[in-house]
Amino acid sequence: MNSQGNKRPWDRQQPGKSPSLSGYRVALAGNPNTGKSTLFNALTGMRQHTGNWPGKTVLHAEGRYLHNGETYTVIDLPGTYSLFSNSADEEVARDHIVFDQPDVTVVVLDATALERNLNLALQVLEMSDHVVLCVNLMDEAKRKGIQINSGKLSDKLGVPVIKTAAREGEGLEELKQVIARMAQGKITTRPYRLRYDEKLETKIAELEPEVRRVFGNRLPSRWIALRLLDGDAGLAKALRNRLGKEEVDQSGTTDGSPYPVEA
Amino acid sequence: MGQPMDPLIQSKRNHLDSLIARSRQLGDASARDDIVARVYQTTRSICEDVVHYQDKERLFRTEKLDRVLTSPIWGYPIMLAMLGVIFWLTIAGANAPSEMLAQLFGWLEGYLTLTFQALHAPDWLHGLLVLGLYRGISWVVSVMLPPMAIFFPIFGLLENFGYLPRVAFNMDRLFKGSGGHGKQSLTMAMGFGCNAAAILSTRIIESPRERMLAILTNNFVPCNGRWPTLILLSSLFMAAGIADGMQTFVTAAVVMGMVLFGIVVTLTVSWGLSKTALRGVPTHYTLELPPYRKPKFWNTILRATLDKSLYVLKRAVIVAAPAGVITWILANTPAGDVSALEQVVAFLDPFARALGLDGFILMAFILGLPANEIVLPILLMGYLSTGAMTEVEDMAALKQIFLDHGWTWLTALNMMLFSLLHYPCGTTLINIYKETKSPKWTFLSFAIPTGIAIGVTFIVTQTVRALGLL
Amino acid sequence: MHTEIPLSEAAVGQSVRITRLDLTGTMRRRLLDLGFVPGAEVYVLQKSPLGDPVAFRVSHTTIALRKEESSRIFGEVKGGNKL
Repeated sequence: MNSQGNKRPWDRQQPGKSPSLSGYRVALAGNPNTGKSTLFNALTGMRQHTGNWPGKTVLHAEGRYLHNGETYTVIDLPGTYSLFSNSADEEVARDHIVFDQPDVTVVVLDATALERNLNLALQVLEMSDHVVLCVNLMDEAKRKGIQINSGKLSDKLGVPVIKTAAREGEGLEELKQVIARMAQGKITTRPYRLRYDEKLETKIAELEPEVRRVFGNRLPSRWIALRLLDGDAGLAKALRNRLGKEEVDQSGTTDGSPYPVEA
Repeated sequence: MGQPMDPLIQSKRNHLDSLIARSRQLGDASARDDIVARVYQTTRSICEDVVHYQDKERLFRTEKLDRVLTSPIWGYPIMLAMLGVIFWLTIAGANAPSEMLAQLFGWLEGYLTLTFQALHAPDWLHGLLVLGLYRGISWVVSVMLPPMAIFFPIFGLLENFGYLPRVAFNMDRLFKGSGGHGKQSLTMAMGFGCNAAAILSTRIIESPRERMLAILTNNFVPCNGRWPTLILLSSLFMAAGIADGMQTFVTAAVVMGMVLFGIVVTLTVSWGLSKTALRGVPTHYTLELPPYRKPKFWNTILRATLDKSLYVLKRAVIVAAPAGVITWILANTPAGDVSALEQVVAFLDPFARALGLDGFILMAFILGLPANEIVLPILLMGYLSTGAMTEVEDMAALKQIFLDHGWTWLTALNMMLFSLLHYPCGTTLINIYKETKSPKWTFLSFAIPTGIAIGVTFIVTQTVRALGLL
Repeated sequence: MHTEIPLSEAAVGQSVRITRLDLTGTMRRRLLDLGFVPGAEVYVLQKSPLGDPVAFRVSHTTIALRKEESSRIFGEVKGGNKL
């Protein structure tokens, strides 16, 4: 009962694929205040508003850049502390990574608060195989005397790690190259997947095949099982919507504001 | 919904529903804690291996700055002083470039007129394009561009430095008392630039109730389009009769008073709404105070200047240009003995007088619905009923126009208050509708400020008159 | 000194090791996301000018909480030294 032959809008991109007409899609995820918007501007040459306060990225902006003749569309997701659907912002970011499945998801990390930032990175690693970690604000970190061993971090987490200082334009070329190689399927990752305690793992093992029965391999089944066990009502709703919509609405776009207010 | 359901999808839906039901049975409240604890154990052990700190003291250097900037004694005075200094610099610095721009535009106009004459263009075309369109744009650019080119870079520096979250931290107690969310002050900070953008920024407030409060009150912080009105009127009328050296200072103080009054109104309205239509207790609140970062000085200044200048110019052309043309046409269309414009003014006048304004001012506000930037130009154009906006070459001439139409300091004060408090501009209203998807709340976001603007100006006017202060 | 106190009662300059969170729902999740997890060390940095909220250093970041939340986070005081 696997509908692999049926092409869905969110079908997982097979590694090694050539870019579609519109080029590759790259999503930027990260905590608020990690310099994500600055990085976005530096990559795309756009001028999205930047400022040193949490929550100023209100719309997820889209921009493009060219690299070795290929077009990359960059999506600046709202800055979030996690992807556990605590707020509309988190749901927007989560849905993009899980359902729209960008060719590469770059998790932007604040080098001066790596511990808290890695939190989000671990969550993204559970959701996708195509992840690059970008340790940004290295200039700040240096000033504060913080040293980060990116090689070791990369070994531990199983994905590429690039250090940048987006404000100074440092490390961007390297980042673009890694994004390109990952988008073209030239990098094999083995993303770190958390192991939980025995009890929880048993439950995940029970649910995961069920998830696969409904969604095939299109969606990250282990992650979905885990989220459902955590009682993520927002995700349950999103999954149900997806299932109803997939035949009716191929574009997968929603109209209007993703953040309706009810009072 | 009405569509026949694909049987495959139907069966998958059933599967999904039973899957969700099953996960509910299996899951328990402790799952969450296990998951998070696991994540944290992992990140902690990773960081122990990967991150090396040379000197722990250096990590927390900027915390020392917070001890001053958010201290019980200095927190508020510093905040007010910064606001005051920003206004002072803006007002002191903008005057000369404004006059230079006006002169430049006036000089160019001479050549434009000569060109029209050389081409034997009809008078109405010259009137429409030069006296209506060109002067409208010149006015907006010369009065608004210089203050904005000073205000926004300074504000940008403070923003990039990381001061705004500290303002939110300092003021949170007040917002809590009014039933609002602490992040409301961040959305207000955005409103100083543009209320329409600030409406979008209210998304950072998760609770719908508190977000609605922030949306409904955002208008009470003056935006880009209203600064020039506030700054110009307070420098023309509020600092009159004060020694030269002090004028800028008094002007800045009046503008600051307006901003503070706007904040008081914001808190009062939030309080009122949270006791009535938007009842509820404040929801949870967390605010990150990011470390201070040294802004990239020239980069910030250049970017703020360019972005804002372009923005202002765009608005001027897109909104003020057609409005200038419409006003010109109205002023030149006879309706009975007088022009159509004067008919409208005469109709509005009695009501406007009760508010300490006049028919021209009220009409300017009504025609200015699309953008606050054009209120002042339309007003001047109306006053000159010669059919077009005056060429403004210095501020004394500008003041004389107002005085000729019976202005006093009370008129100026009321116009400033009305500008501060009245309905949001068209773009903002559209954004409110898009964000709330509710005609009712969009209407209220129009009606509440308007009611307050009318009420406040009425009370001020009647009080001043009753006390014989004028 | 190993008595449990709510975070709201810790004095500025004290370090507290979190033992439990007496909160549910979104707020609990948000606080966990920010690093207020059992076992984590929280340093009380600064009160806002009007006394509330209070800024805490947790997981190398500064987070401000209102009394409503900090009074429901419990921990043991570790000491008054700076780190």
